Amino acid sequence: MTNQSQSHDQEQAKQPAQMDVGPEKKFRQYLSEGSFHLQRCDQCRQHVFYPRLLCPHCGSMQLTWVPASGRATVYSTSVPRSGGSSYNIALVDLEEGPRMMTRVVDVAPEDVTIGMPVTAFIGTIEPNGEPLVLFRPISGDDS
Amino acid sequence: MNHSLRGSCAVAGIGLTDFGDLPGRSALENTAEAVHSALTDAGIHKSEVDALFTSNFPDTFAALHLAEYLGVQPHVLDDTNIGGAVYVSQLQHAAAAIQAGLCNVAVIAMGSNTRSKLKQQGIIDGPRELFPYEDEYRPKAPMNAYALAAARHMHQYGTTREHLAEIAVAARAWAQLNPRAIRRTPLSIAEVMAAPMVCDPLSAMDCCLIADAGAAVVLVSADRARDLPQSPVYLLGVGVATTHAGISQMPDLTVTASVESGKRAYDMAGLSAREVDVVSLYDAFTINTLLFLEDLGFCPKGEGGNFVSDGNIAPGGGLPVNTNGGGLSCVHPGMYGLMLIIEAVEQLRHAAGERQIPGAEIALCNGNGGHLSSQATAIFGTSSSL
Ligand SMILES: [Zn+2]
Repeated sequence: MTNQSQSHDQEQAKQPAQMDVGPEKKFRQYLSEGSFHLQRCDQCRQHVFYPRLLCPHCGSMQLTWVPASGRATVYSTSVPRSGGSSYNIALVDLEEGPRMMTRVVDVAPEDVTIGMPVTAFIGTIEPNGEPLVLFRPISGDDS
Repeated sequence: MNHSLRGSCAVAGIGLTDFGDLPGRSALENTAEAVHSALTDAGIHKSEVDALFTSNFPDTFAALHLAEYLGVQPHVLDDTNIGGAVYVSQLQHAAAAIQAGLCNVAVIAMGSNTRSKLKQQGIIDGPRELFPYEDEYRPKAPMNAYALAAARHMHQYGTTREHLAEIAVAARAWAQLNPRAIRRTPLSIAEVMAAPMVCDPLSAMDCCLIADAGAAVVLVSADRARDLPQSPVYLLGVGVATTHAGISQMPDLTVTASVESGKRAYDMAGLSAREVDVVSLYDAFTINTLLFLEDLGFCPKGEGGNFVSDGNIAPGGGLPVNTNGGGLSCVHPGMYGLMLIIEAVEQLRHAAGERQIPGAEIALCNGNGGHLSSQATAIFGTSSSL
C-alpha cells in the first residue's frame, strides 16, 4: 500500500513537466503573449488554421508554428443585431491561405465590405475578455 | 440506373402531430404520437418495428429513449446528429439496412417542443457545442452563417434582398393552400423588405418559424409496401455529403455540398433535375432555397435570384418548391428535415389537397444541417417511376 501510494505521488509530481501541450493550448499561449501564429505543414508547405495535430490537406503530423503576416482580405461580412446594438462578424482570407471568422473593428459594422484589405491585431471584444485575433481596415499609413 | 437500392424500399406510412404551440407536451410525447400515427397509416403494428432512427438536439440517448418509450427492441438503432439533414440521411441508412436483411420495418421519427420551451423556459434548443474558433466572436447562431453566405452570393452574383423576399413570399403563398401551415396570412415583397434586420443581409422574414411538432415515416421493402394499404412511395435515390462543420471552413460560401449529395441521389435514381415534378428544400433561411435550386441543377449557379423572380416557385409558377409552405411558413420544429419527406410523400400519393401538383410522379427532397454543413438529398417516385 505504502509503496503504491508513494509511486502514485511521484507520477503525479512528474505529470506537469511531461504534459504535452497540444496545438489548441499552444495557440492560446501565443495569443496571451500578444502574437498571432499559424501552423505550416513541413510536408505540403500549406498553412493551417485553425490549429491542428495533423495537416487537413495531406495528413502529415509535422506542423511548424510560424508568425502570421496579419494581412487578410474580407471574404464575407454580416451585421448581427439585437436589442438596438450591432457589431460585425466577418470571414477573412489570410494572405497565407486559410480563412477564419473574426470581427472587423474600428469601422462601422455596416461599412465593412467584401474585398476590403484588413490587418490583424490581438484584442478583446469585452472588458477583461480572452485575447482574440481581431482585424481593422488597413489605413493609408499601413499600406 | 441499376443501383441496388433504387426502388428497393418505399415509404408505407407517414404521421404528424399538430403544428405550433403544444405547451403541455414533451418532445418525446410529440415523437411518440407521430410514430403511432405513421404506423396506423401504414397498417403495421409497433411490435413489427425492428429499426428505429431518430435525432434530437438536447437528447444524446434519443434512440434508446424512444425505443423504451414505444416498448420496442429494435435490431438497428441510429440517432446520428448531423443537423437538420439527418432524417433524409437516415433514409440512406434505413434503406441499406433493409436491403442487407438487417431489418424489415424502419421508423424514422422526430419530435420537438422547441417553441414551448422557448416560451416557458427561455431556452432555445440547439447543439451544446458549436464551432471552435468561431463561437468566441459571438456570431448570432445559426442565422449568422446563412447571412454570410447570402452576403457572398450577393457580392458574386448580384443577388438582391428582393430576390430573397420572393422566396419568403412564395413559401407563404403555398402555406395559404395548406390548412396545417402555421403562417397563412398574405405576405408581400414590400413587407419582407420592411421587416427588421436580424443579421444583415437577412431580416426577420428571411428566417424560419419556431414550432412544436412531431413527424414520423415508416420505410419497408418495396415488396412489403405493395401489400399495405397506402400507395407505396418508392425511394429512388439518396445521397449525403458534407464540406465543413463551422461556416469559416466552408470552401465556397456560394456552393453547398448538395452539389454532391444531389449528384449521388440523381445517379442512383437515374434521373436529373428536369424530371423532378415537385421539390422540397430545407428553407431555414431564404438563401437556402436559392443555393439549393442552383446546386441541385434547377438553374445555373448564380442565376437563383432571377429563377425565383416573378413567382416562379410560387403556386402557378414554373417549378413547385416547398409546397407545404416550408420552414418559412409551414412549420420548423428544431430540425425540419423529416417534413420534407412527408410533403414529398403526400404529393406522390396525390393527397395534398388544394396544393396538389397534378400528376406528380417524381419528388426531390434536400435536407440541410448545421451551418450549411451537411446535405442529404432523396428522390422519390410513384410506381410509374420504377
Ligand atoms: Zn500538409
